[in-house]
Amino acid sequence: MTATTQTRIGATARPERLSPPRRRKSRRRSFATVAFHTSSSLISLVWFAPILLVLVTSFRTFDDVSRNGIASAPSTFTLQTYFDAWVHGELFRALVNSMIVTVPTVVLTLLLSAAAAFGLSRYRIPFRRTILLVMLAGNLLPVQMILIPITRIAQQLNIFDTLGAVIAVQTAFGLGFYTFVLYGFMRTIPVELQDAASLDGAGPVRTFLQVILPLTRPALAALGALSFTWIFNDLLWSITLINTDSRLPMTAAVLSLKGQYVSSWSVIAAATVIAAIPSVIVFLFFQKSFIGGLALGSVK
Amino acid sequence: MTSVPLTTRRRRVTFPPPVVFALVLVPFLIEAIGVFWPAVQGISLSFLHWNGFGPATTVGFDNYTSLATDDVFIGALKNTAIWIVLFGGISFIAGLGVAVLFQAERRGVGIYRTALFLPIVFSLVVTSLIWSAFFQPNGVLDAILDGVGLSSWKHVWLGDPSTALYAVIVAALWREIGYVMVLFIAGLKAIDPSVTEAAKMDGASAWQRFWLVTFPQLRNVNLVIVSVLVIDSLRSFDIVYAMTAGGPFHSTELLSTYMFSEAFQTRALGYASAIAVVIFVLAIAVIISYLVRAISDEKES
Repeated sequence: MTATTQTRIGATARPERLSPPRRRKSRRRSFATVAFHTSSSLISLVWFAPILLVLVTSFRTFDDVSRNGIASAPSTFTLQTYFDAWVHGELFRALVNSMIVTVPTVVLTLLLSAAAAFGLSRYRIPFRRTILLVMLAGNLLPVQMILIPITRIAQQLNIFDTLGAVIAVQTAFGLGFYTFVLYGFMRTIPVELQDAASLDGAGPVRTFLQVILPLTRPALAALGALSFTWIFNDLLWSITLINTDSRLPMTAAVLSLKGQYVSSWSVIAAATVIAAIPSVIVFLFFQKSFIGGLALGSVK
Repeated sequence: MTSVPLTTRRRRVTFPPPVVFALVLVPFLIEAIGVFWPAVQGISLSFLHWNGFGPATTVGFDNYTSLATDDVFIGALKNTAIWIVLFGGISFIAGLGVAVLFQAERRGVGIYRTALFLPIVFSLVVTSLIWSAFFQPNGVLDAILDGVGLSSWKHVWLGDPSTALYAVIVAALWREIGYVMVLFIAGLKAIDPSVTEAAKMDGASAWQRFWLVTFPQLRNVNLVIVSVLVIDSLRSFDIVYAMTAGGPFHSTELLSTYMFSEAFQTRALGYASAIAVVIFVLAIAVIISYLVRAISDEKES
């Protein structure tokens, strides 16, 4: 998980192995190590416990949980909960809806913001710094400012209650932040590469697609992984722009499922697990980029 | 990301080709149409009385003056302040604490970091469901209290106006602390360790080294994190909406949730817009300081 940190191991490693072994000191040190691992394990355990609780609960039967309480030791094992959530709770359809929103939004946002960042960072466009900051400012606006106007616009354009409306607004809203990050990244690409390309007769679009974009891949991977989870996890736009149950993306669908299965904690837990899986998969695959991206994108 | 030093001089290019303008203008216009224009409309809506269907009437600053006497609004304002102080403050302190604890590379630290970091991957809805199971009547917290003989402390944590807000904050903290930790670890890694080593040679205690040597060097990181936390606090919506929907009796109402219910349940669009403008005004100082920092960073590089 230590994308940014590994490089420095050499620099920060304590010189313990170098110093002459003095008994008193090493005993104090081993005490410190035990104390460190004890406290760290405790903190980690406290942090992980809620996840474990939901995982365990999701495999218990309704009777078990309602009779013995959610905190009791599990005495049953079932997959019925997942079946209920997936089929009766219609989370499968919700997952499809979420993907229909998330994948195009991530691709569109990255492509558009990469194009803007390319123009702003590689050419002397007048007012480019102002344009960049205005775009970033747009992303920092509290989303509540545009909630009602966007709903009205979506109604006027007849796209209210469609996934397309969510894609459109998520793309527009994300652009500023991604442009800002990609701009910073693209500035570091040496100009010579671009010059070489234009000497070979490549126009700006070809330079962008074939030279700059491939070199920007690390930043695109980081932003892609982050924005996947952000968009997949978003609730506000789905509940604002979507009315029809069958069109709800995952987060909103799980929330309404909670209303239906009010007392059935094991089904809710199963739904919770299902809703978490896609983001967890993206996180596991892109772990390094993901964490690097968070640190780089500390705007969010 | 890694900053490759700029070895190149500025190119003396004449005017950029038109297609480059298109590459910049298309995204810019999309954002202008999708964000800035609606934001301006949001401001003008705040001067109307309108339910979205009938004719709208212009009422000047009426919506804003009504806010001043609206108890729910004032409660939401207070809760938002509590949210900024507790959610923001504890995230900052605890995030810094675990970052210091887990900053050095040593055996096992990767696992600890992942455990703290994992919640950031979950949506706030998932977080809210996890913690609802924890706080529900006869849920995990009550069982723990039973276990340690404090049964009398048992509570309907999310159903009692005096505890609900704090219960929601606990859930939100669980997800935020790992994030703040990542930001702090990145900041700590960027500090030259030789300065700390020198202080150690000079006999500074661990505590002194941290407060007098390390912490001052984190100034920029601190600023970023404080702005992130304030903006996140003002934007917080999902977790409250999913856990309590602002209730019971508006005790967990934040400006964002009150705005949402005024807009889409009461359908007081003008009034809701006025609340949104208040959120914007509260956020603006942070946004501006953030942009100023972005400019100076940008000029440096």
